Amino acid sequence: MLKLFGRRSDTPVTPAGFLNSQAAWTAPEILFWLLALAMLAIAPNRAALLNEIAILGLFALSIDLILGYAGIVSLGQAAFFGFGAYVAGLLAKTVVAEPVTGLVVAMLAAGLLGFATSFLIIRGTDLTRLMVTLGVALLLYEVANKLEWVTGGTDGLLGIVMGPILGLFAFDFLGRTAYLYSLTVLFVLFLLARRIVHSPFGLSLRAVKDNRLRAASIGISPARRLVMVYTLSAAYAGAAGALLAQTTAFVSLEVLDFGKSADGLLVLVIGGSGYLYGGLIGAVAFKLMKDFLSGITPAYWLFWMGLFLVILVLIGRDRISHRLKLLAQRVKP
Amino acid sequence: MLTILFDGIAYGMLLFVLACGLAVTLGLMNFVNLAHGAFAMAGGYVTVVLMQRYGVPFLACLPLAFLAAAALGAVAERLLYRHMYGRSHLDQVLFSIGLVFMAVAAADYVMGSSPQNVRLPSYLLGRYEVFGIGIGVYRLFLIGVCGALTIALQLILARTRFGSRLRAAVDDPRVARGMGIDVNAIFAVTFAFGSGLAGLGGALGAEILGLDPTFPLKFMLYFLIVVTVGGTSSMTGPFVAALLLGFADVAGKYYIPQAGAFIIYAVMIAVLMLRPNGLFARGVTR
Repeated sequence: MLKLFGRRSDTPVTPAGFLNSQAAWTAPEILFWLLALAMLAIAPNRAALLNEIAILGLFALSIDLILGYAGIVSLGQAAFFGFGAYVAGLLAKTVVAEPVTGLVVAMLAAGLLGFATSFLIIRGTDLTRLMVTLGVALLLYEVANKLEWVTGGTDGLLGIVMGPILGLFAFDFLGRTAYLYSLTVLFVLFLLARRIVHSPFGLSLRAVKDNRLRAASIGISPARRLVMVYTLSAAYAGAAGALLAQTTAFVSLEVLDFGKSADGLLVLVIGGSGYLYGGLIGAVAFKLMKDFLSGITPAYWLFWMGLFLVILVLIGRDRISHRLKLLAQRVKP
Repeated sequence: MLTILFDGIAYGMLLFVLACGLAVTLGLMNFVNLAHGAFAMAGGYVTVVLMQRYGVPFLACLPLAFLAAAALGAVAERLLYRHMYGRSHLDQVLFSIGLVFMAVAAADYVMGSSPQNVRLPSYLLGRYEVFGIGIGVYRLFLIGVCGALTIALQLILARTRFGSRLRAAVDDPRVARGMGIDVNAIFAVTFAFGSGLAGLGGALGAEILGLDPTFPLKFMLYFLIVVTVGGTSSMTGPFVAALLLGFADVAGKYYIPQAGAFIIYAVMIAVLMLRPNGLFARGVTR
């Protein structure tokens, strides 16, 4: 019976053993990260693009935490992304130019905002949740737009000058430091997320996602789990926003736009949700696709993106990731 | 003050006509259709093209806009939407966002990105002063048309055989099928009718709301607010919500212009916190 869930034939029968077997690193995973690092040597001129991919991947990862593991459909993740970006940008402009400090503060701030708004999402149905998350993001957009003296309004936050990372590594023009920095942050946060979803807490989240009532009846408090994971996911999105602000030295209202939330959701769906790598793979695919499409039709790539999305959903998202999983199983000995 | 009330009612009525198709698909059929605004945009563009290129009078454009959007809705329902009825909300959201993207890019390609305006005929322009209230003729026309539509819609849903079949099909498709009701056909007709109303709303509203390719994205939220705040069980809820929203928007723009759309979003979140299923919900959560 347990063989159905476990990835290996020698799946232990204790709960801790099961979790450990799930959390074990596999060769393709290690290869994935080595390749991500090696990309810098393979395509040194595309470091700026790689940096964007890493940031987008982190953003999609934050959505995966709430969508893939807790089943909350949010249309407003840009709220936390944008909040983190503005916090990091303003901090660098006025208080401290060192990036890691700014990153931590931005994460905490976004996490706090996530915690404060998490109470809005534990009530109601899917639809209510959609509207409330969307509403929160739009509120922030309006606020950022009106607080022109703080945020620069529609002109964006100009004049951010970043110091060297930890006082050691200065950002260069090609964006190599930026990519290494973003990749490191992504990796560290990924490790943390991986640890969390393979912990008892992660399992309880999945129980809540599958059946709230049943989860509650075996002693899991769904509301508390949702608050915790929503806060965590907000902090992750804030980190992604902070990385964007720091590595591009610019923040515009776009970071709070509905399009940003939609992009993140799209990226995650392309890569598949609920296994952490979905966001990262999706980010690569999304950026490559966008590059390719806007190369053919600069003005109308959105059309093809929409068509792709419609077809993807019509065929069935699960079916694609299911096929890939079967393929992966066949490749593996 | 009374002028604002009047303008607010006109605006709210317009919002209701635009949103009531969504109130049926989202509210009754439980389908999250973010692409509803695309049908409204189609109606708007049909009107613009007919008036500017073919010189069709404005009043004749309105039914044509309805028919065009309804035809588009019927085709889309048969080809695409039908497959999405039983799916999860996430799938429906992604699917309809995809449609919005396509609609925005397609409208940009065909009509250009600059805003289009509808030139109203002279007999719909101008204002009257009645007891100190400034009444715009077009606003009055809007209230008349939209009010008539609202009453007709309510009568269709509550009094006709089609209305009761629709309600049955929505409440329990399986039993409805067992009773010999053609659920598929009913959904198709309803969807087309809702799209047609959106198209009519788009044609009526082009002058007030503006018309450019980003229309479906810009107003998506307004339609959604009307339906979610109003509650998804009857047409009365969305109607009241649309009036409230229209009034709040007009009053907000007049008294505190710097707040922008802030008030509306805040009100929506507050309402949804107090009543997660909308203002006029029956007790059951579906």
